[in-house]
Amino acid sequence: MDRNDRTKRTPMGRSVSEPRGTIGRRTFLARSAGIAGAAVAGVAASAGLAPGANAQGLAGQPWERVYGAAFTGYGQPSRFELPVVRHLLRPYGDLAPGSGAALTPIESLEGIITPSSLHNIRNHSGTPDIDPKQHQLLLHGLVARPLTFSMESLWRYPMTTRTYFIECSGNSLRALLPKPVQLPAGAIHGNISCSEWTGVPLRMLLEEAGLQPQAKWLLAEGADSAHMSRSIPVEKALDDALVALYQNGERLRPEQGYPVRLLLPGWEGNTSVKWLRRLKATEGPTHTKDETSKYTDPLPDGRALQFTFEMGVKSVIARPSSTMTLPRPGFYEISGIAWSGAGRIRRVEVSTNGGATWVDAALTGEERAKCLVRFRLPWEWTGQAAVLQSRATDEKGRVQPPRKELIAQFAPDMRFHNNSIVSWAVGADGSVKNVYI
Amino acid sequence: MSTSKRIPVAGLVVVAAATLAACAVQPPAVKPPALGTAVSAEEVARWDISIPPSGAGLPKGSGTARLGLQVYEQKCLACHGAKGAGKPADALVGGIGSLATAKPVRTVGSYWPYATTLFDYVRRAMPIANPLSLTNDEVYAVSAYILYVNGIVAEDATMTATTLPQVKMPNRDGFISDWPARKR
Repeated sequence: MDRNDRTKRTPMGRSVSEPRGTIGRRTFLARSAGIAGAAVAGVAASAGLAPGANAQGLAGQPWERVYGAAFTGYGQPSRFELPVVRHLLRPYGDLAPGSGAALTPIESLEGIITPSSLHNIRNHSGTPDIDPKQHQLLLHGLVARPLTFSMESLWRYPMTTRTYFIECSGNSLRALLPKPVQLPAGAIHGNISCSEWTGVPLRMLLEEAGLQPQAKWLLAEGADSAHMSRSIPVEKALDDALVALYQNGERLRPEQGYPVRLLLPGWEGNTSVKWLRRLKATEGPTHTKDETSKYTDPLPDGRALQFTFEMGVKSVIARPSSTMTLPRPGFYEISGIAWSGAGRIRRVEVSTNGGATWVDAALTGEERAKCLVRFRLPWEWTGQAAVLQSRATDEKGRVQPPRKELIAQFAPDMRFHNNSIVSWAVGADGSVKNVYI
Repeated sequence: MSTSKRIPVAGLVVVAAATLAACAVQPPAVKPPALGTAVSAEEVARWDISIPPSGAGLPKGSGTARLGLQVYEQKCLACHGAKGAGKPADALVGGIGSLATAKPVRTVGSYWPYATTLFDYVRRAMPIANPLSLTNDEVYAVSAYILYVNGIVAEDATMTATTLPQVKMPNRDGFISDWPARKR
């Protein structure tokens, strides 16, 4: 079966053939350690087993006694990790199978870099198959010199490398449903990923074209069949915007905009227009479909906020999380991700009692702005019911809001910019459920 | 080793480090490349498909709702339903006056602030399996039809580069710009 076609998966990501109820501890440990094979081998050794022992009684697994596989040109994960795939969200089903989103299985990942193959995707009309020899980027409008750039020329510019998250502004849409859905954390909150991006500062191309003073916005347009387009303030374009060509060291994946995408650090994911084919400098915003009918935030009085670019301060506990089971009381590391579109994460607090008390978690990666931060907290589960929550604060002093507080500010059909606190309830039986507090 | 000997050694190290640092931070005096290729206005026009609220860039051509119905039935109805009622894809009609209620219905008619966005989006992205395939007359006509079934223009109103930007959408003033960003 093709890895990418595995749209259905069981809640913990185990293979469908495994009998229910036999997983609990092993899967949780395997996911925590990320080394399923080693964990199983360790269990076997400590139990005094001697699998495949030779005449002298020496230990050694079957794979230690046969010659290993040959080299491959492009590496793949272990076959034991095949269940770790993106969660697909296809609102139009087979009518438009490439429209919707693929969410990162954050419940199965560690650290702060998302593997390129598991990066979240928001596509409006599928992934185009672009020949870089034919692709051009046109820069025109209120510029002194309208220019086209071939990929050959863009690859010759001086590059900048930075680590940034990309979050779809529709992330955590499922956490706005009236009743909490029991899905893995990534299927609810996984429209967020983080990569190392390399590309040309957009400012450099704008200077080459001679941006005129009356230019206040840039219309950015993709070469997908939706010609997805957004209006970008010139301030951002001249600040930290990248014309990105590489992701995690290799050229962009098609799903991430091959051969060239815009990258607007910390802003709504769809403003980082993929398959970038055109930038037009304008006086005002163009008011495209995806900045009027969508990606706007309706208020209770009927009006709506438009051009809310920056993604809010946010965090989510990846483990333990919804649909997992804690097999027995004892030690667990609470591990999750935090980020802010405004800059650095200053603090992540964790509560194990539904917000009654909070403890500071240890952070990794907090020196980077607009980048995922990993937070961790050791936790001794006593076997009593518990509610796990995390609350992030960024360097601007903004604090992740409670869910009720956030949704009270918007119309009942709000869909975007849900950065509210996530709550996972651990039952006395060890089951972990998505709950609203 | 005595203190009096160590001081000059430490001093030398500092000087050496400073020299190295000075060398390291000096970027080579090379101008960034200028590898863009000049492009003609005619070529730009072939690429420039975005239409702002002013209507700048709208092409020649025209269409009415009567003609638009034919385009709609052939190219749109299968996904957007009869008269834009929706299903399986998004509804295009209805919901005017619902935005401040407990059940807001957001469609082209009730929510979109500019009619130019309708032309822009239909031309660039629709029909979903065959975008950029409609003629300018067809895009004007089907835009006229969507506006007509929403009760925004008359059935015989002709949409052109001049008239389309003049259409006042019901939710024209319904948006608050959040840029420059508010304090939160």
